[in-house]
Amino acid sequence: MSNQPSTNKAVPGSTSQMESTKANLVAALPGIELTWSVFCDQDRVVFPAGSLLKVLKACKSAGFDQLTDLTAVDLLEYGNAADRFEIVYCLLNVDSGLRLIAKTHLSEPDLTIPSATQVWFGADWLEREVYDMYGIIFDGHPNFKRLLLPQEFQSFPLRKDYPVKGRGERHNFPVVTRAES
Amino acid sequence: MPLELIEDPSLGSDKREGLWTLNFGPQHPATHTTLRLVLQLDGEMVIDAEPDIGFLHSGFEKLGEVLDFNQYVTIVDRMNYISPLANEIAWHHSVEKLLGIELTPRCKYIRTIFAELMRIHDHLLCTGTCVLDLGGATAFMYAFNEREAIYEICERASGQRFHTSYTRVGGLLYDVTDDWVEMVKKYCKNFPKAFRDFEGLVMKNRIFVERTRDVGVLSKEDAIAGGATGPVARASGVVRDLRRDEPYLAYDELDFDVCASQGGDCYARFQVRMMEMLESIKIIEQAIEKLPSGPIYAAGTGKETIPDKREVYRSIEGLIHHFEGIMPNRQMASPKDSVYAATESPNGELGYYIVGDGSFRAYRARTRPPSLLHFSLFARMMRGCMLSDVVAVLGSINIIAAELDR
Repeated sequence: MSNQPSTNKAVPGSTSQMESTKANLVAALPGIELTWSVFCDQDRVVFPAGSLLKVLKACKSAGFDQLTDLTAVDLLEYGNAADRFEIVYCLLNVDSGLRLIAKTHLSEPDLTIPSATQVWFGADWLEREVYDMYGIIFDGHPNFKRLLLPQEFQSFPLRKDYPVKGRGERHNFPVVTRAES
Repeated sequence: MPLELIEDPSLGSDKREGLWTLNFGPQHPATHTTLRLVLQLDGEMVIDAEPDIGFLHSGFEKLGEVLDFNQYVTIVDRMNYISPLANEIAWHHSVEKLLGIELTPRCKYIRTIFAELMRIHDHLLCTGTCVLDLGGATAFMYAFNEREAIYEICERASGQRFHTSYTRVGGLLYDVTDDWVEMVKKYCKNFPKAFRDFEGLVMKNRIFVERTRDVGVLSKEDAIAGGATGPVARASGVVRDLRRDEPYLAYDELDFDVCASQGGDCYARFQVRMMEMLESIKIIEQAIEKLPSGPIYAAGTGKETIPDKREVYRSIEGLIHHFEGIMPNRQMASPKDSVYAATESPNGELGYYIVGDGSFRAYRARTRPPSLLHFSLFARMMRGCMLSDVVAVLGSINIIAAELDR
């Protein structure tokens, strides 16, 4: 048991440390269009979906050793967004406490992007949940199937075109009797 | 058969014939709620564990897109129902970050006290039931006795014991009273004695120690890459605590230590939780001493916060103010942007990723549940353990199915 004193207090937002990490990332990813922005002291970067694995691997090399969260947003009703889906990777450097939110965009019909499980294995369930809720397919995932909903479920409920009250799935769910099972 | 041999990929399926499959849950006393495990066993040794979750999925995140920032607090309450107020604080922490609201000092301190009470609340349940699952019913009763006192503190402040729904955007439902302060002080005074009794029953209990030490080991590398946070990560040597590393509320004005251990096993996780309870008491004592007076609602344009009930019922201005804060077409507009903010909940990093679309409700309200990430590491922790260790590991990572499935 060790009670360690306060060290390495990280200041969120664009600090000099973040600036140098940014410079490293830009240098490691030549020819890839990265759009940086800051909101509420948070650094964000938007990158093209085609270079997803390159960007994530470069992020990991730049020190972001934890994938804190992976989620998606359906932009169907969001102002005049150009793309349908936004995939959000919240990254963290555990030692320095730096955070980076990396985003990419996807549109129908091709909703396939490479899986991040080969970069951080913690992406496993997070990607399955995003598939479950939005129908985005993560190529190269070791055990790709729905996480929360039944495997035979047809829709993707967090999409904006799915009604809040559902489409009667619960009401019409097949009841298996003891004799049939 | 030794574990390395079974894991050899060149091994044909006929060699795996000796393995048998065991269904664990969804209704089993040690799962506490509903979750299911499919275990692959070689005799009594666990070769693989595949969790099957989703039994409690209730579409909380979809509801977050329908309810406004104040209404949704009743839903986040029900995620980790072991420490409801910690969820509320995390949710409104993110909302306030999105809306750019700075809390008043009194509100910050009251929320800090509640956040720490919830940490004790959660850790008492986790440690108590962990011992219960391993056969120690007495210690469980000691832990639950202390939890009862925290329910009473919650009830005095909010009127509710369990699902308090106590925080509001930029403030709190009610201000606390002097007798609440006395209750908290009394709790801090009484807790160490009860804690010593509890600790004495468990920490040196040979059966407990032998059933948890070197069981369910999670390495530091796995903890980082797998997204483990909170006590689970700290027990594996990842010394990271958002209260210290990204101070929010009043934590930067208070003195406390971050508890960590190197073991990575069930015993280390148990130990970290036990130590954290004493640290929480230290924080509460300081915060209650420093508790500032003043308003609990942040001053601003007025629309984002709901006025005090006395003003609403006794003045026309207050009533108009209340109306403006409640009616969907008159509420404050949120920025058209997104924010991720996290707090150190008892179980780990509880974050919310909120996308604002210009209304007073979230376009997308993503919860980052610590239980989900921890449970995804379960199979790694279980490999090579015995069947009877399943309950020890499940208890030590404190899976709350309502938060897991949302």
